[in-house]
Amino acid sequence: MTKQDALHPLQLRINGENYQLNVPANRTLVDVLRHDIGLTGTKETCSVGVCGACTVLVDGEMIASCITLAVTVFNAEITTIEGLDKDGPLHPVQESFINNGGFQCGACTSGQVLAAKSLLDHNPTPSEIEIKEWMMGNLCRCTGYYQIIESVVKAVASTRHHDNPNA
Amino acid sequence: MHDFTVHHPQSLQETLILLDRFGDAAQLIAGGTALMNFMKQSLLLPEHIINLQRVQGLQHIQSTKDEVRIGAMVKHREIEKSNLIQNEVPILASTYRRVATIRIRNMATIGGGLAHADPAQDPPSTLVALNARIRIASISGERTISIMDLFQNYYENSLMPGEMITEVIIPSMHSDTKSTYLKFLPRTADDYATVSVSLIATLNENIVRDVRIGLGAVAPTPIRATIAEETLKGHAISDELIQQASNSVAQQVDPLDDFRGSADYKRDMAIVFTKRALQQVLQGPS
Repeated sequence: MTKQDALHPLQLRINGENYQLNVPANRTLVDVLRHDIGLTGTKETCSVGVCGACTVLVDGEMIASCITLAVTVFNAEITTIEGLDKDGPLHPVQESFINNGGFQCGACTSGQVLAAKSLLDHNPTPSEIEIKEWMMGNLCRCTGYYQIIESVVKAVASTRHHDNPNA
Repeated sequence: MHDFTVHHPQSLQETLILLDRFGDAAQLIAGGTALMNFMKQSLLLPEHIINLQRVQGLQHIQSTKDEVRIGAMVKHREIEKSNLIQNEVPILASTYRRVATIRIRNMATIGGGLAHADPAQDPPSTLVALNARIRIASISGERTISIMDLFQNYYENSLMPGEMITEVIIPSMHSDTKSTYLKFLPRTADDYATVSVSLIATLNENIVRDVRIGLGAVAPTPIRATIAEETLKGHAISDELIQQASNSVAQQVDPLDDFRGSADYKRDMAIVFTKRALQQVLQGPS
Protein backbone atom coordinates (compact mmCIF):
# COMPACT_ATOMS: atom_id res chain seq x y z
CA MET A 1 0.00 0.00 0.00
CA THR A 2 1.24 3.49 -0.72
CA LYS A 3 0.16 6.88 0.51
CA GLN A 4 -1.31 9.30 -1.97
CA ASP A 5 1.28 11.81 -3.20
CA ALA A 6 3.99 9.41 -2.06
CA LEU A 7 6.19 7.63 -4.52
CA HIS A 8 5.63 3.94 -5.05
CA PRO A 9 8.66 1.64 -4.90
CA LEU A 10 9.05 -0.34 -8.09
CA GLN A 11 11.47 -3.09 -9.04
CA LEU A 12 11.67 -3.94 -12.72
CA ARG A 13 13.81 -6.38 -14.65
CA ILE A 14 14.33 -4.95 -18.13
CA ASN A 15 16.48 -6.52 -20.84
CA GLY A 16 18.20 -8.64 -18.18
CA GLU A 17 19.02 -5.76 -15.84
CA ASN A 18 17.42 -4.87 -12.51
CA TYR A 19 16.09 -1.39 -11.84
CA GLN A 20 15.00 0.01 -8.45
CA LEU A 21 12.79 3.05 -8.83
CA ASN A 22 10.36 5.21 -6.92
CA VAL A 23 7.54 6.36 -9.17
CA PRO A 24 4.12 8.01 -8.80
CA ALA A 25 1.37 5.37 -8.68
CA ASN A 26 -0.23 6.79 -11.84
CA ARG A 27 2.89 6.36 -14.00
CA THR A 28 2.40 4.26 -17.14
CA LEU A 29 5.01 1.68 -18.04
CA VAL A 30 5.92 3.55 -21.23
CA ASP A 31 6.62 6.71 -19.22
CA VAL A 32 8.79 4.80 -16.76
CA LEU A 33 10.75 3.25 -19.63
CA ARG A 34 11.22 6.48 -21.55
CA HIS A 35 11.42 9.20 -18.90
CA ASP A 36 12.53 7.53 -15.69
CA ILE A 37 14.96 5.01 -17.19
CA GLY A 38 15.83 6.68 -20.49
CA LEU A 39 14.98 3.73 -22.75
CA THR A 40 13.44 5.91 -25.45
CA GLY A 41 13.28 3.17 -28.08
CA THR A 42 9.71 2.43 -26.95
CA LYS A 43 7.37 4.94 -28.59
CA GLU A 44 3.97 6.19 -27.49
CA THR A 45 1.65 7.25 -30.27
CA CYS A 46 -2.09 6.50 -29.81
CA SER A 47 -1.97 6.29 -25.97
CA VAL A 48 -5.09 4.11 -25.87
CA GLY A 49 -3.71 0.63 -26.56
CA VAL A 50 -4.79 0.42 -30.18
CA CYS A 51 -1.79 1.17 -32.40
CA GLY A 52 0.94 -1.16 -31.11
CA ALA A 53 3.77 1.39 -31.16
CA CYS A 54 4.37 1.07 -27.40
CA THR A 55 4.57 -2.75 -27.53
CA VAL A 56 6.99 -4.33 -25.09
CA LEU A 57 7.26 -7.97 -24.14
CA VAL A 58 6.44 -9.09 -20.61
CA ASP A 59 7.69 -12.63 -20.08
CA GLY A 60 7.78 -12.91 -23.86
CA GLU A 61 4.18 -11.78 -24.44
CA MET A 62 3.23 -8.50 -26.15
CA ILE A 63 1.52 -5.87 -24.05
CA ALA A 64 0.64 -2.21 -24.59
CA SER A 65 2.89 -0.24 -22.24
CA CYS A 66 0.81 2.95 -22.66
CA ILE A 67 -2.17 1.46 -20.81
CA THR A 68 -0.14 -0.52 -18.28
CA LEU A 69 0.30 0.95 -14.81
CA ALA A 70 3.99 0.49 -14.09
CA VAL A 71 3.36 -0.46 -10.45
CA THR A 72 1.23 -3.43 -11.52
CA VAL A 73 4.19 -5.06 -13.27
CA PHE A 74 5.55 -7.59 -10.83
CA ASN A 75 8.12 -10.33 -10.94
CA ALA A 76 8.36 -10.22 -14.73
CA GLU A 77 11.04 -9.93 -17.39
CA ILE A 78 10.44 -6.96 -19.70
CA THR A 79 12.00 -6.86 -23.15
CA THR A 80 12.20 -3.55 -25.00
CA ILE A 81 13.68 -2.84 -28.41
CA GLU A 82 16.97 -1.97 -26.70
CA GLY A 83 17.17 -5.57 -25.48
CA LEU A 84 17.27 -7.13 -28.94
CA ASP A 85 20.86 -6.24 -29.86
CA LYS A 86 22.17 -6.11 -26.32
CA ASP A 87 24.64 -8.91 -26.91
CA GLY A 88 26.03 -7.46 -30.14
CA PRO A 89 24.52 -8.07 -33.54
CA LEU A 90 21.03 -6.92 -34.51
CA HIS A 91 18.17 -9.38 -34.22
CA PRO A 92 17.36 -11.05 -37.58
CA VAL A 93 14.04 -9.16 -37.61
CA GLN A 94 15.90 -5.85 -37.25
CA GLU A 95 18.31 -6.80 -40.05
CA SER A 96 15.38 -7.71 -42.25
CA PHE A 97 13.51 -4.46 -41.59
CA ILE A 98 16.65 -2.55 -42.65
CA ASN A 99 17.29 -4.68 -45.72
CA ASN A 100 13.68 -4.66 -46.92
CA GLY A 101 12.63 -1.07 -46.24
CA GLY A 102 10.36 -2.13 -43.39
CA PHE A 103 10.02 1.38 -42.00
CA GLN A 104 9.73 4.98 -43.05
CA CYS A 105 9.26 7.49 -40.19
CA GLY A 106 10.11 4.86 -37.56
CA ALA A 107 7.43 5.71 -34.98
CA CYS A 108 5.85 2.26 -35.21
CA THR A 109 9.05 0.32 -35.86
CA SER A 110 10.02 -0.67 -32.30
CA GLY A 111 6.55 -2.14 -31.83
CA GLN A 112 6.58 -3.84 -35.23
CA VAL A 113 9.97 -5.44 -34.57
CA LEU A 114 9.03 -6.63 -31.07
CA ALA A 115 5.74 -8.03 -32.37
CA ALA A 116 7.61 -9.91 -35.11
CA LYS A 117 10.22 -11.17 -32.62
CA SER A 118 7.43 -12.40 -30.33
CA LEU A 119 5.81 -14.19 -33.27
CA LEU A 120 9.05 -15.94 -34.25
CA ASP A 121 9.68 -16.92 -30.61
CA HIS A 122 6.24 -18.57 -30.51
CA ASN A 123 6.26 -19.92 -34.04
CA PRO A 124 9.61 -19.97 -35.89
CA THR A 125 7.99 -20.84 -39.23
CA PRO A 126 4.79 -18.79 -39.59
CA SER A 127 2.97 -18.66 -42.91
CA GLU A 128 2.32 -15.27 -44.51
CA ILE A 129 -1.29 -15.43 -43.31
CA GLU A 130 -0.15 -16.18 -39.77
CA ILE A 131 2.25 -13.23 -40.00
CA LYS A 132 -0.55 -10.91 -41.14
CA GLU A 133 -2.89 -12.12 -38.40
CA TRP A 134 -0.21 -11.65 -35.75
CA MET A 135 0.95 -8.22 -36.98
CA MET A 136 -2.63 -6.97 -37.49
CA GLY A 137 -2.52 -4.92 -34.29
CA ASN A 138 0.55 -2.89 -35.23
CA LEU A 139 -0.44 0.15 -37.25
CA CYS A 140 1.86 2.00 -39.66
CA ARG A 141 0.65 5.47 -40.70
CA CYS A 142 3.27 5.65 -43.46
CA THR A 143 1.32 2.70 -44.92
CA GLY A 144 4.37 0.57 -45.38
CA TYR A 145 2.55 -2.69 -44.73
CA TYR A 146 3.83 -4.56 -47.79
CA GLN A 147 7.42 -3.91 -46.78
CA ILE A 148 6.69 -4.73 -43.14
CA ILE A 149 5.18 -8.11 -44.04
CA GLU A 150 8.00 -8.74 -46.51
CA SER A 151 10.52 -7.91 -43.79
CA VAL A 152 8.98 -10.50 -41.46
CA VAL A 153 8.66 -13.10 -44.24
CA LYS A 154 12.33 -12.65 -45.09
CA ALA A 155 13.36 -12.68 -41.44
CA VAL A 156 11.67 -16.08 -41.17
CA ALA A 157 13.56 -17.27 -44.26
CA SER A 158 16.88 -15.94 -42.93
CA THR A 159 16.48 -17.58 -39.52
CA ARG A 160 15.53 -20.88 -41.14
CA HIS A 161 18.59 -20.65 -43.33
CA HIS A 162 20.67 -19.76 -40.30
CA ASP A 163 19.38 -22.75 -38.35
CA ASN A 164 20.01 -25.12 -41.22
CA PRO A 165 22.68 -23.86 -43.61
CA ASN A 166 22.12 -26.85 -45.90
CA ALA A 167 18.41 -26.16 -46.36
CA MET B 1 -3.98 10.84 -15.10
CA HIS B 2 -5.22 11.89 -11.66
CA ASP B 3 -3.44 10.88 -8.48
CA PHE B 4 -4.45 7.71 -6.66
CA THR B 5 -3.22 5.13 -4.21
CA VAL B 6 -2.50 1.59 -5.38
CA HIS B 7 -3.02 -1.47 -3.19
CA HIS B 8 -1.61 -4.92 -3.90
CA PRO B 9 -3.65 -7.54 -2.02
CA GLN B 10 -2.40 -11.13 -2.17
CA SER B 11 -5.66 -12.92 -1.37
CA LEU B 12 -9.35 -12.62 -2.17
CA GLN B 13 -10.14 -11.94 1.49
CA GLU B 14 -7.64 -9.07 1.59
CA THR B 15 -9.15 -7.68 -1.62
CA LEU B 16 -12.69 -7.82 -0.25
CA ILE B 17 -11.64 -6.05 2.95
CA LEU B 18 -10.11 -3.23 0.88
CA LEU B 19 -13.21 -3.05 -1.33
CA ASP B 20 -15.43 -2.90 1.74
CA ARG B 21 -13.31 -0.17 3.31
CA PHE B 22 -13.11 2.08 0.24
CA GLY B 23 -16.46 1.37 -1.44
CA ASP B 24 -17.13 3.65 -4.39
CA ALA B 25 -13.78 5.39 -3.92
CA ALA B 26 -12.02 2.24 -5.18
CA GLN B 27 -11.74 0.57 -8.56
CA LEU B 28 -10.30 -2.87 -9.14
CA ILE B 29 -7.66 -3.16 -11.84
CA ALA B 30 -7.30 -6.51 -13.62
CA GLY B 31 -5.81 -6.23 -17.13
CA GLY B 32 -6.35 -2.47 -17.09
CA THR B 33 -7.28 -2.17 -20.77
CA ALA B 34 -10.65 -0.57 -20.00
CA LEU B 35 -9.93 1.15 -16.69
CA MET B 36 -6.76 2.86 -17.91
CA ASN B 37 -8.55 4.43 -20.86
CA PHE B 38 -11.46 5.53 -18.66
CA MET B 39 -9.03 7.14 -16.24
CA LYS B 40 -7.02 8.77 -19.03
CA GLN B 41 -10.24 10.40 -20.21
CA SER B 42 -11.20 11.34 -16.60
CA LEU B 43 -14.38 9.26 -16.90
CA LEU B 44 -13.40 7.48 -13.69
CA LEU B 45 -11.35 9.12 -10.95
CA PRO B 46 -10.94 6.50 -8.20
CA GLU B 47 -8.92 7.52 -5.15
CA HIS B 48 -7.90 3.91 -4.63
CA ILE B 49 -6.91 1.28 -7.13
CA ILE B 50 -6.86 -2.31 -5.99
CA ASN B 51 -4.52 -4.39 -8.13
CA LEU B 52 -5.82 -7.95 -8.61
CA GLN B 53 -2.76 -9.27 -10.39
CA ARG B 54 -1.13 -10.74 -7.27
CA VAL B 55 -4.33 -12.26 -5.87
CA GLN B 56 -4.18 -16.03 -5.65
CA GLY B 57 -7.10 -18.23 -6.70
CA LEU B 58 -8.59 -16.30 -9.62
CA GLN B 59 -6.53 -17.85 -12.45
CA HIS B 60 -8.10 -21.28 -12.98
CA ILE B 61 -9.75 -22.94 -15.95
CA GLN B 62 -11.41 -26.13 -14.69
CA SER B 63 -14.10 -28.47 -15.84
CA THR B 64 -16.44 -30.89 -14.14
CA LYS B 65 -18.99 -33.17 -15.76
CA ASP B 66 -21.56 -30.38 -16.01
CA GLU B 67 -19.71 -27.12 -16.27
CA VAL B 68 -16.54 -25.18 -17.00
CA ARG B 69 -15.31 -22.71 -14.42
CA ILE B 70 -13.05 -19.80 -15.35
CA GLY B 71 -11.39 -17.61 -12.72
CA ALA B 72 -12.00 -13.88 -13.07
CA MET B 73 -8.33 -13.10 -13.72
CA VAL B 74 -7.92 -15.52 -16.66
CA LYS B 75 -6.78 -13.55 -19.68
CA HIS B 76 -8.62 -13.50 -23.01
CA ARG B 77 -5.61 -15.05 -24.72
CA GLU B 78 -5.55 -17.93 -22.23
CA ILE B 79 -9.22 -18.71 -22.92
CA GLU B 80 -8.63 -18.59 -26.67
CA LYS B 81 -5.66 -20.98 -26.43
CA SER B 82 -6.99 -23.31 -23.72
CA ASN B 83 -7.35 -26.89 -24.97
CA LEU B 84 -10.03 -27.48 -22.36
CA ILE B 85 -12.13 -24.54 -23.62
CA GLN B 86 -11.50 -25.41 -27.28
CA ASN B 87 -12.77 -28.94 -26.63
CA GLU B 88 -15.64 -28.28 -24.24
CA VAL B 89 -16.92 -24.82 -25.22
CA PRO B 90 -15.48 -24.18 -28.69
CA ILE B 91 -17.61 -21.08 -29.33
CA LEU B 92 -16.04 -19.44 -26.29
CA ALA B 93 -12.50 -19.93 -27.62
CA SER B 94 -13.49 -18.65 -31.06
CA THR B 95 -15.29 -15.65 -29.55
CA TYR B 96 -12.37 -14.59 -27.38
CA ARG B 97 -10.10 -14.97 -30.38
CA ARG B 98 -12.04 -12.16 -32.08
CA VAL B 99 -11.43 -9.58 -29.36
CA ALA B 100 -9.21 -6.64 -30.41
CA THR B 101 -5.57 -7.66 -30.91
CA ILE B 102 -3.29 -10.32 -29.42
CA ARG B 103 -1.66 -7.58 -27.36
CA ILE B 104 -4.96 -6.60 -25.75
CA ARG B 105 -5.94 -10.25 -25.30
CA ASN B 106 -2.66 -10.78 -23.42
CA MET B 107 -3.82 -8.14 -20.93
CA ALA B 108 -7.64 -8.13 -20.66
CA THR B 109 -9.29 -10.63 -18.29
CA ILE B 110 -12.68 -12.36 -18.41
CA GLY B 111 -13.81 -10.77 -15.13
CA GLY B 112 -12.57 -7.31 -15.99
CA GLY B 113 -14.18 -7.41 -19.42
CA LEU B 114 -17.57 -8.43 -18.02
CA ALA B 115 -17.46 -5.84 -15.22
CA HIS B 116 -16.78 -3.23 -17.92
CA ALA B 117 -20.24 -4.08 -19.35
CA ASP B 118 -19.66 -2.70 -22.82
CA PRO B 119 -22.38 -4.30 -24.99
CA ALA B 120 -20.18 -4.07 -28.09
CA GLN B 121 -17.59 -6.45 -26.67
CA ASP B 122 -17.44 -9.94 -28.15
CA PRO B 123 -17.70 -12.23 -25.10
CA PRO B 124 -21.00 -11.00 -23.57
CA SER B 125 -23.31 -12.17 -26.37
CA THR B 126 -21.65 -15.59 -26.42
CA LEU B 127 -21.76 -15.95 -22.63
CA VAL B 128 -25.42 -14.90 -22.71
CA ALA B 129 -26.14 -17.59 -25.32
CA LEU B 130 -24.23 -20.09 -23.17
CA ASN B 131 -26.41 -19.30 -20.10
CA ALA B 132 -23.27 -18.48 -18.13
CA ARG B 133 -23.48 -17.67 -14.45
CA ILE B 134 -21.37 -15.11 -12.64
CA ARG B 135 -20.00 -15.77 -9.18
CA ILE B 136 -19.75 -12.63 -7.08
CA ALA B 137 -18.02 -12.18 -3.72
CA SER B 138 -18.09 -9.50 -1.06
CA ILE B 139 -16.98 -9.31 2.55
CA SER B 140 -20.41 -10.51 3.63
CA GLY B 141 -20.56 -13.58 1.39
CA GLU B 142 -21.09 -14.89 -2.11
CA ARG B 143 -23.85 -15.02 -4.66
CA THR B 144 -24.18 -16.41 -8.16
CA ILE B 145 -26.30 -14.68 -10.79
CA SER B 146 -27.30 -15.32 -14.36
CA ILE B 147 -25.15 -13.31 -16.75
CA MET B 148 -28.38 -11.69 -18.00
CA ASP B 149 -28.66 -10.06 -14.58
CA LEU B 150 -25.11 -8.68 -14.67
CA PHE B 151 -25.62 -6.15 -17.45
CA GLN B 152 -27.79 -3.13 -16.67
CA ASN B 153 -26.99 -0.51 -19.29
CA TYR B 154 -24.07 0.83 -21.31
CA TYR B 155 -21.01 0.35 -19.06
CA GLU B 156 -23.26 -0.40 -16.08
CA ASN B 157 -23.15 -3.68 -14.19
CA SER B 158 -25.30 -4.79 -11.28
CA LEU B 159 -22.44 -5.23 -8.81
CA MET B 160 -23.01 -3.49 -5.48
CA PRO B 161 -20.21 -1.48 -3.86
CA GLY B 162 -17.88 -3.96 -2.19
CA GLU B 163 -18.66 -6.76 -4.65
CA MET B 164 -16.42 -8.30 -7.29
CA ILE B 165 -16.66 -11.00 -9.93
CA THR B 166 -14.62 -14.05 -8.93
CA GLU B 167 -15.61 -16.70 -11.45
CA VAL B 168 -17.59 -17.37 -14.62
CA ILE B 169 -19.46 -20.69 -14.72
CA ILE B 170 -20.45 -22.11 -18.08
CA PRO B 171 -22.73 -25.12 -18.50
CA SER B 172 -21.03 -27.77 -20.65
CA MET B 173 -22.17 -27.98 -24.26
CA HIS B 174 -23.64 -31.27 -25.37
CA SER B 175 -21.50 -33.04 -27.92
CA ASP B 176 -24.27 -32.77 -30.53
CA THR B 177 -24.63 -29.03 -30.02
CA LYS B 178 -23.52 -26.78 -32.87
CA SER B 179 -22.48 -23.19 -32.52
CA THR B 180 -21.03 -20.17 -34.27
CA TYR B 181 -19.96 -16.63 -33.46
CA LEU B 182 -20.32 -14.10 -36.27
CA LYS B 183 -18.88 -10.61 -35.96
CA PHE B 184 -19.66 -7.93 -38.52
CA LEU B 185 -16.58 -5.77 -39.00
CA PRO B 186 -16.96 -3.20 -41.79
CA ARG B 187 -13.95 -1.18 -40.60
CA THR B 188 -10.88 -2.95 -39.24
CA ALA B 189 -10.19 -6.47 -38.03
CA ASP B 190 -9.41 -5.32 -34.47
CA ASP B 191 -12.55 -3.21 -34.08
CA TYR B 192 -15.58 -3.70 -31.87
CA ALA B 193 -18.43 -5.39 -33.69
CA THR B 194 -21.00 -3.36 -35.59
CA VAL B 195 -23.28 -6.31 -34.91
CA SER B 196 -22.40 -9.70 -33.44
CA VAL B 197 -24.37 -12.93 -33.24
CA SER B 198 -23.70 -15.92 -30.99
CA LEU B 199 -25.73 -18.97 -31.92
CA ILE B 200 -25.95 -22.29 -30.11
CA ALA B 201 -28.32 -24.95 -31.42
CA THR B 202 -29.19 -28.60 -31.00
CA LEU B 203 -30.97 -30.41 -33.79
CA ASN B 204 -33.01 -33.57 -33.87
CA GLU B 205 -32.91 -34.64 -37.50
CA ASN B 206 -34.48 -31.63 -39.20
CA ILE B 207 -36.16 -30.26 -36.06
CA VAL B 208 -34.66 -27.49 -33.96
CA ARG B 209 -34.62 -29.05 -30.49
CA ASP B 210 -32.98 -26.14 -28.69
CA VAL B 211 -31.56 -22.82 -29.84
CA ARG B 212 -30.09 -19.84 -28.04
CA ILE B 213 -29.18 -16.62 -29.82
CA GLY B 214 -27.13 -13.83 -28.21
CA LEU B 215 -26.81 -10.46 -29.95
CA GLY B 216 -24.06 -7.94 -29.24
CA ALA B 217 -23.59 -4.25 -30.05
CA VAL B 218 -27.30 -3.74 -30.82
CA ALA B 219 -28.68 -2.60 -27.46
CA PRO B 220 -27.57 -1.12 -24.11
CA THR B 221 -26.79 -4.66 -22.97
CA PRO B 222 -26.19 -7.94 -24.80
CA ILE B 223 -29.60 -9.47 -25.50
CA ARG B 224 -31.18 -12.84 -26.24
CA ALA B 225 -33.20 -12.96 -29.46
CA THR B 226 -36.03 -14.69 -27.63
CA ILE B 227 -38.68 -14.22 -30.34
CA ALA B 228 -36.41 -15.83 -32.90
CA GLU B 229 -35.62 -18.66 -30.50
CA GLU B 230 -39.34 -19.39 -29.92
CA THR B 231 -40.01 -19.14 -33.65
CA LEU B 232 -37.41 -21.85 -34.30
CA LYS B 233 -37.88 -24.25 -31.39
CA GLY B 234 -39.70 -27.44 -32.23
CA HIS B 235 -40.02 -26.59 -35.90
CA ALA B 236 -38.57 -28.15 -39.02
CA ILE B 237 -35.77 -26.15 -40.60
CA SER B 238 -36.68 -24.35 -43.80
CA ASP B 239 -35.59 -21.20 -45.61
CA GLU B 240 -38.88 -19.58 -44.66
CA LEU B 241 -38.50 -20.42 -40.97
CA ILE B 242 -34.98 -19.02 -40.90
CA GLN B 243 -36.10 -15.82 -42.62
CA GLN B 244 -39.04 -15.41 -40.26
CA ALA B 245 -36.82 -15.94 -37.19
CA SER B 246 -34.16 -13.56 -38.51
CA ASN B 247 -36.70 -10.82 -39.28
CA SER B 248 -37.98 -10.98 -35.70
CA VAL B 249 -34.69 -9.69 -34.23
CA ALA B 250 -35.50 -6.23 -35.63
CA GLN B 251 -38.22 -5.97 -32.95
CA GLN B 252 -35.79 -6.76 -30.15
CA VAL B 253 -32.70 -4.70 -31.00
CA ASP B 254 -32.24 -1.08 -29.95
CA PRO B 255 -28.96 0.05 -31.49
CA LEU B 256 -27.24 3.44 -31.35
CA ASP B 257 -26.20 5.58 -34.30
CA ASP B 258 -22.43 5.81 -34.26
CA PHE B 259 -19.43 5.70 -36.57
CA ARG B 260 -19.91 1.96 -37.02
CA GLY B 261 -23.28 2.57 -38.65
CA SER B 262 -26.70 4.14 -38.20
CA ALA B 263 -29.26 2.50 -35.95
CA ASP B 264 -31.31 1.53 -39.03
CA TYR B 265 -28.29 -0.04 -40.68
CA LYS B 266 -27.39 -2.01 -37.56
CA ARG B 267 -31.00 -3.23 -37.27
CA ASP B 268 -30.82 -4.49 -40.85
CA MET B 269 -27.42 -6.07 -40.25
CA ALA B 270 -28.73 -7.81 -37.12
CA ILE B 271 -31.26 -9.54 -39.38
CA VAL B 272 -28.64 -10.37 -42.01
CA PHE B 273 -26.09 -11.77 -39.54
CA THR B 274 -28.69 -13.73 -37.57
CA LYS B 275 -29.77 -15.29 -40.88
CA ARG B 276 -26.20 -16.14 -41.84
CA ALA B 277 -25.56 -17.69 -38.41
CA LEU B 278 -28.74 -19.76 -38.67
CA GLN B 279 -27.95 -20.90 -42.22
CA GLN B 280 -24.44 -21.88 -41.19
CA VAL B 281 -25.47 -23.82 -38.07
CA LEU B 282 -28.87 -25.22 -39.10
CA GLN B 283 -28.28 -25.84 -42.80
CA GLY B 284 -24.51 -26.21 -42.99
CA PRO B 285 -22.59 -29.50 -43.11
CA SER B 286 -23.08 -31.41 -39.88
